[in-house]
Amino acid sequence: MKRTLVVIVFFAALIGIWQAATASGRWSPVLLPPPLAVAEYLWGALNDGTLIDAARVTLQRLLIGYVIGIVIGLPLGLAVSTSRYMEDTVGALALGLQTLPSVCWVPLALLWFGQTESAMLFVVVMGTVWSVVLATSTGARTIPPIYARAARTMGSEGFDKWTRVILPASLPFVVSGMKQGWAFAWRSLMAAEIFVTILTGFGLGHLLQYGRELSAMDQVIGVMISIVVIGLIADKVLFSPWERFLHRRWGTGMI
Amino acid sequence: MIASVSESSAASSGKLIVDGVSKWFRTPRASVQALDNMNLRVAEGEFVCLVGPSGCGKTTLLDIMAGLTKPDEGRVLADGELVQGPGRHRLVMFQESALFPWLTVFGNVMFGLKRKPGLSNAERREIAESHLRLVGLEKFKKSFVHELSGGMKQRVALARSLAPDPQVLLMDEPFGALDAITREQLYQDLQDICRERRKTVVFVTHNVREAVCLGDRVFILSPSPGRIREEFRISLPRPRDINSPELATIAQRITLALKAYLVSSQAAAE
Repeated sequence: MKRTLVVIVFFAALIGIWQAATASGRWSPVLLPPPLAVAEYLWGALNDGTLIDAARVTLQRLLIGYVIGIVIGLPLGLAVSTSRYMEDTVGALALGLQTLPSVCWVPLALLWFGQTESAMLFVVVMGTVWSVVLATSTGARTIPPIYARAARTMGSEGFDKWTRVILPASLPFVVSGMKQGWAFAWRSLMAAEIFVTILTGFGLGHLLQYGRELSAMDQVIGVMISIVVIGLIADKVLFSPWERFLHRRWGTGMI
Repeated sequence: MIASVSESSAASSGKLIVDGVSKWFRTPRASVQALDNMNLRVAEGEFVCLVGPSGCGKTTLLDIMAGLTKPDEGRVLADGELVQGPGRHRLVMFQESALFPWLTVFGNVMFGLKRKPGLSNAERREIAESHLRLVGLEKFKKSFVHELSGGMKQRVALARSLAPDPQVLLMDEPFGALDAITREQLYQDLQDICRERRKTVVFVTHNVREAVCLGDRVFILSPSPGRIREEFRISLPRPRDINSPELATIAQRITLALKAYLVSSQAAAE
């Protein structure tokens, strides 16, 4: 209860400062619209469906790309943890490509796939997969070897050992890797959408870029707020259950 | 009450036979011999303790018996068959509890059972329940590992090792990290369980009293390289109390013998 109150007061104060800044008249309302103008835009965009549609397009791309990234990244990460050769080769590649900002994939994706959904997905997958690989392999390598030994004496070998022991044992790392992967996917998709206009879908990044082209600052800020809110909700919906699960089972702090 | 025999002279048909096992550990700089020509015969239903200071290769020997590590020389036979890898007939209970934090207490006990063929799921659940009752933790079946105390964890580990009904139980200092009172309780539990079920147990420890309290035979090991030095047959009646004066007397004699070997192996090293 008290926590909710603190949160409300904090954000009310933030909006208050913003309101005071616009009311002072030092900045042009074209460059810094008052909170109410942004709220008006958001209300209108919500009602006429532009915001919902754009968010749906964006989230669809994000989810598909993210799932592909996880499906490739998890097994690859486990594989990297199994041998030194894999670590020296695929692991090094993953480390290198993870440091590459994923927006750098945009030119390549455009030339390969053209202005298509595939280009968008490609950028998201490239943004996700490497951090998932790295987190999973680190996780699998740092789990206490005693788990695997105990499992082997109880008759768990091969595939069963990997899926029932190594993977759950590295779950804390896997979840933090997936979380990181999500953040990277989100960023890379926004970058891609701002850079590339494609005809098959009009996402939040496009809406943002469109706002800039129209010099509609209320739209720019409104879309930015929407992106932040969606990011927050996704974090809560997708990862909080996992983190609670880990906390309950491992008895550790939030990882 | 106490007989000292230089060579292992147990029954010729051993349940578990360690035959001339040697093991080296290779580091980039040197090759260190961990075990030197170890021979051991454990009869069915026997409780054998291996006692020695750290570095005498107790854990390595146990790993080799479990099939988790391969010996460089020699072999291990279980029921007359060569041990080539880990098998569910020889379960290991480790020093620290190797319980899986992602499973509940019940899930941990079920882990080995689920991998044992020829049982229905209802039977598995029944066996797991009965083993939790055996160690007195039936009320904690839904708890997670981190919610248990150290003693409770080792009890769950014991239940997990016993549940698939292994023929041989290999125990690697399972009570080392526990406080004295909890440990004494577990000595009683373990003795009761082993008497009821006629398990073959190899128990590794550095605590001589613990070994005398639990073992039918106690072997002392000396370090660098690990060698089996002497065998003591303990014929005290069971259940044994670790605080009894008779037990203390035997433990003292074994400790003295152990120290003598330590001094001689140090002298040999210099």
